[in-house]
Amino acid sequence: MSRFNLRSERVPWALIVFLIALWLPWVGSRYDTLIGTQILIYALFALSLNLLLGVTGLVSFGHVAYFGLGAYICALLMKSLHWPFLLSFPAAGLGAGLFALVFGFFCVRLTKIYFAMLTLAFSQIVWAICFKWNDVTGGDQGLPDVPFPDLAWMSSLPGFGHFRIGDEFYFLVLVLVMLCVAALRRLERSPFGRVLTTIRENPERAAFVGVNVRAYELAAFTVAGIFGGFSGALFGIFNRGVYADFVFWSKSADVMIMTILGGMNHFWGPVVGAAVLTILNQQITSYTEYWPLVLGTILVVLLFAFPGGIMGALDAGWTRLTHRRRNA
Amino acid sequence: MNISSLFSQFMGGLTAAMFLFLIASGLSLIFGVLRVLNFAHGSFYMLGAYIAWQVVHWAQPSGAAFWLAALGAALGVAILGGVIERLLFRFLYGREELYQLLFTYALVLILGDAAKIIWGTDQLSVSRPAILNGGFEVLGTTVPYYNLFIILIGPAIALGVWLMLTRTSLGRMVRAAALDREMLDALGANVGWLYTGMFMLSAALAGLAGALVTPIQSIVPGMDVEIIVQAFIVVVIGGLGSFWGTFWGSMLYGQVLSFGILIFPGFSLFSVFALMTVILIVRPWGLFGKPIR
Repeated sequence: MSRFNLRSERVPWALIVFLIALWLPWVGSRYDTLIGTQILIYALFALSLNLLLGVTGLVSFGHVAYFGLGAYICALLMKSLHWPFLLSFPAAGLGAGLFALVFGFFCVRLTKIYFAMLTLAFSQIVWAICFKWNDVTGGDQGLPDVPFPDLAWMSSLPGFGHFRIGDEFYFLVLVLVMLCVAALRRLERSPFGRVLTTIRENPERAAFVGVNVRAYELAAFTVAGIFGGFSGALFGIFNRGVYADFVFWSKSADVMIMTILGGMNHFWGPVVGAAVLTILNQQITSYTEYWPLVLGTILVVLLFAFPGGIMGALDAGWTRLTHRRRNA
Repeated sequence: MNISSLFSQFMGGLTAAMFLFLIASGLSLIFGVLRVLNFAHGSFYMLGAYIAWQVVHWAQPSGAAFWLAALGAALGVAILGGVIERLLFRFLYGREELYQLLFTYALVLILGDAAKIIWGTDQLSVSRPAILNGGFEVLGTTVPYYNLFIILIGPAIALGVWLMLTRTSLGRMVRAAALDREMLDALGANVGWLYTGMFMLSAALAGLAGALVTPIQSIVPGMDVEIIVQAFIVVVIGGLGSFWGTFWGSMLYGQVLSFGILIFPGFSLFSVFALMTVILIVRPWGLFGKPIR
């Protein structure tokens, strides 16, 4: 019974991905490292959304609020108060999580489309505040020149001496994102995660067996907010500035597309989606300015032909392949 | 602060409210029947504006060019909406809300770029029809005739749609479809085409609003995502799917936005969002909506 299975828990995928991604700054160009950093950050953002979307079955259309809050909190602490990254980064996650707790409290009282709309409404409130509160957020000018964390110590490590700050930041992002991914994976496999999946499958039955559905949904919403905040904090530094359009509602749709494209029923789906969409974006925008048109078309094809996303299609293909081999 | 400036703010708010109502009513109608939040509604509005510009451009010397444009925009967008619903959207009715939401978002992306490809990215504008040039003076404030026309046409359309929904057999079917689609289907009504019809009506309202806004605002790419958020706030305040809720929601929105500028200069947008937050916390189903589980 030792048949190899892609979905097997025995394959340490997180470790494999980490080890492959670790080589990028040595092998690839500076540009590759830049794209790699972006993919890692978006992957974490999409994974945090999928805790709601795929695991708990909550369609949050305002997840960008927590990404933006994390980005603003981290940038403000580092730039205005000169806090070190080591403190700003956790503070960004906690701050975003706190907002998620408050907003989520009102959101989880609603279901389905009403939940989606209330989350969207709260994200627009956050956007309006970021866009208009000139004294703190810089308003429509945003917060430019967010400093990089102090990574000079990295160049004293053997083999790391020749790296620029962009490569060093890539290593930092890689380690932090992988820690978050491992935490999220652990969470989804825990009894807590199983209860969330039960809620997705049948909220009435979950309530009937004694699960406090709203409390679990709120907990999931808060955790997703924390990890969304982490990804935003990293993105603000990566982008060298934080701007109000980070929080605009259409970004919520974009991260949702990543999640669906990769496949929301698979843990690694959002990661695959983030990677594919980021690389595709880089490739296509070099040919044409009409990236939204391409993205919209991809989305329509996805919704009608591959609702399970890339991982869903791969899974189906793998099953068919192994099935045929066994029958032969 | 004198009475004249207050009145001027009030009229400004009223005009904005009526535009918003034209747009939000279609959004609310579709939500009431199909239970879908249509992000592409703002795109329909934008396309209405572009089509109106195109018609005016073609029929320029004619005095009726503007009215022709309004009609053309409503019809053109209705047909586009009908085609989209028939060919694609109706296959998503049985699916999860997520897929429906994302499909309408895909339309936003595609239609936005299509408009850029056809009409470019420059600002376009349409002059107001000759009959409605000028204005009249009330309480020391000049009210343009065009604004008066908009203020009158909003309630007229509201009344028309309300009568259609409550006094005709078509309206009865629409309300029945909102309650229980399968039962209506079993009773022999052609629910498929009823949905198509409602989708077209909703699109037509958006297209008409887009055409009517052109003499006041210039047509620019990005007007679609900007308006959809405002229309969204209006229906959330009024109560989703509630027709009169949308009407009063837009009135409230217009006045809060207009007087918000006086009270917190630079923060008028914030006052609207604050209003929405309070309503969402106290009555998540909106002022006129019914509580849902």
